[in-house]
Amino acid sequence: MSAPERFLERLNARRENDPSWVAARRQAGAARFAAVGFPTRRDEAWKYTDVRAIAEGDFALAADAEFLAERLAACALELDAHRLVLVDGRFNAELSSLDALPAGVSVTPLSQALEANHEQVGGSLGRLAGVDFSAFTALNTAFADEGAVVRLAPGTVVDKPIYVVLISRANEQAVMSHPRVLIEAGARSEATVIEHYAGESGAANFTNVVTEALLERGAIVNHYKLQEAALGDLHVASIHVDQSRDSRFNSFNLNLGGSLVRTDLVTDLNAEGAEAAYYGLFFLQGRQHVDNHTLVNHNAPRTFSNESYKGILDDRSHGVFNGKVYVKKDAQQIEAYQNNANLLLSDRAEIDTKPELVIYADDVKCSHGATTGQLDEEAVYALRTRGIDVAMARGLLTLAFAGEVMEQVKLNEIAERVERAVAGRLPERFNLADLVETAEAVQEA
Amino acid sequence: MLEVKDLHVTVEGKAILKGLDLTVQPGEVHAIMGPNGAGKSTLSAVIAGKDGYEVTQGSILFEGQDVLEMEIEERARAGLLLGFQYPIEIPGVKNIYLLKAALNAAREARGEGEIPAPEFMKLVREKSAEMQMDPSFLQRAVNEGFSGGEKKRNEILQMLVLQPKLAMLDEIDSGLDIDAMKVVANGVNSLRSADRAILLVTHYQRLLNHIEPDRVHVLVDGRIVKSGDKSLALELEARGYDWVLEESVA
Repeated sequence: MSAPERFLERLNARRENDPSWVAARRQAGAARFAAVGFPTRRDEAWKYTDVRAIAEGDFALAADAEFLAERLAACALELDAHRLVLVDGRFNAELSSLDALPAGVSVTPLSQALEANHEQVGGSLGRLAGVDFSAFTALNTAFADEGAVVRLAPGTVVDKPIYVVLISRANEQAVMSHPRVLIEAGARSEATVIEHYAGESGAANFTNVVTEALLERGAIVNHYKLQEAALGDLHVASIHVDQSRDSRFNSFNLNLGGSLVRTDLVTDLNAEGAEAAYYGLFFLQGRQHVDNHTLVNHNAPRTFSNESYKGILDDRSHGVFNGKVYVKKDAQQIEAYQNNANLLLSDRAEIDTKPELVIYADDVKCSHGATTGQLDEEAVYALRTRGIDVAMARGLLTLAFAGEVMEQVKLNEIAERVERAVAGRLPERFNLADLVETAEAVQEA
Repeated sequence: MLEVKDLHVTVEGKAILKGLDLTVQPGEVHAIMGPNGAGKSTLSAVIAGKDGYEVTQGSILFEGQDVLEMEIEERARAGLLLGFQYPIEIPGVKNIYLLKAALNAAREARGEGEIPAPEFMKLVREKSAEMQMDPSFLQRAVNEGFSGGEKKRNEILQMLVLQPKLAMLDEIDSGLDIDAMKVVANGVNSLRSADRAILLVTHYQRLLNHIEPDRVHVLVDGRIVKSGDKSLALELEARGYDWVLEESVA
């Protein structure tokens, strides 16, 4: 049996009571996936990322969504938020708190949205992430039966972040989940949506998520993807954004966990004044592999994009950054800036970085660049003259390198979480996490 | 406390210090003055342990320990601290991280435990107030975007928190207006004590109006050619360096 057949067998084993349009979409996804199979390194978009660990794996579908509240508290952000919790891809109502949503906002588990057979869900779902995008979106389309549907009525500003927690458990039998997140932001609405991937340290599951965000005129969406999955987890994600006039999408793609991680981020700037900001950070150790593929399509004049991705790579980790900016003919007076900076902490760490600009308009402001380097030795010296030893000096400078992206993170809980995670993973005996806590305490005093 | 004997230093093969002798006792403030290029900054850089300086002859002892055998951070932990003429910017490293890490490193070297957080917070707030620095500076990256005067005040803040035994201040007055100079001088003066010494390296006498030295040394062409009390600084200010040069040749 081929790998795609093995995966799809799990689908056929499942009891089906989908509405017909959903069933038809699943079939299309399954057919596409069966036809193309898993990508190989011969595919240009997967040149540096080998997905055999997924293709050769054996992943069941989770039977339940049980998870102790204490365990959730141990890994979730301490955040005053509207919370939706998925455990191995299944909705956990007890751990979620969705009853204080303000008027004009709905946050619904996908299963409930599908059950209600919302016409709107049917219309929007899959509009941006078709089965053609990749084998993984096809696979997701075939399986997706849970996730989060966020809908904002025009003019609604959501008081608190919408916090989707996706938990991966340490199961005896590894599982796969194919969550789907749909964000529909009406005109002039504003919200912060967090996808937080976390879980138990022994987990070795496969998560294959697809997120679609549709921003109407003037809508503002801050999208955080905080990926702190267990070091054995396999994680594939694609995020697809469609932006109308004067809308703004701020993406924070923060990767600390996972053994094999691939994220695709695609934004279409479809009308004047639309603006996208991409901030990314990946901190890799051991043999972690993280691949970020980003694409901004400037489809209309006077659209703006700004991208900054930072990678910190230690041990024998491997990072990939492929950032593409595409400027359509007649998309004049756009501005597009892109940068990827990487810090190698080990001789054996590896980064493949490829910033790309494809421009068919002539009146544009664009820049792109990539740098890879080691720590600033002059700064190491300055710190040593204060009694700080080499290991700690390097730790502080590494934290500082991440800080340049983290400064953009406006949600303190996330900034602190990542800063602490970076600090806590730094080498040797010094506890930089303690420093971070002190700084926070002084600030609050 | 500090004993420099017959120190010869070359930088990229060029002799800069050519037999320098200097003895500093606890409780003393010494000023090293001299024309540009005499080797003033080289002396403090060598004591601090900066790369690129080759000691070809002579010795530096600090409280009886051979400084040249110590790592850069060991020197600082032992209480030898250098305030830079041009403090470097360290983007992203918050002042407060540097202060706490440095303080705990010194405490650890003395066999003391880490400083408790409340005590540390009180200390840094107190000392920043002394240097007339807003507490927000503590959360800012070290020297990043600081004015010249702010950078110098930040150097002294580090001294006040770390309380070195010997503070070496390299051209700490350069680029300071009179108000900033007073703040810096007050900070330095508050470090004065019977068991601590201060070594000022300066081109101009004006700093010494605010920080009164016990000894003044004139460094010319890699050697100390004349030493005296604070009146020597005034004489240098009035007459320049030429007469000292002539005297030393004669």
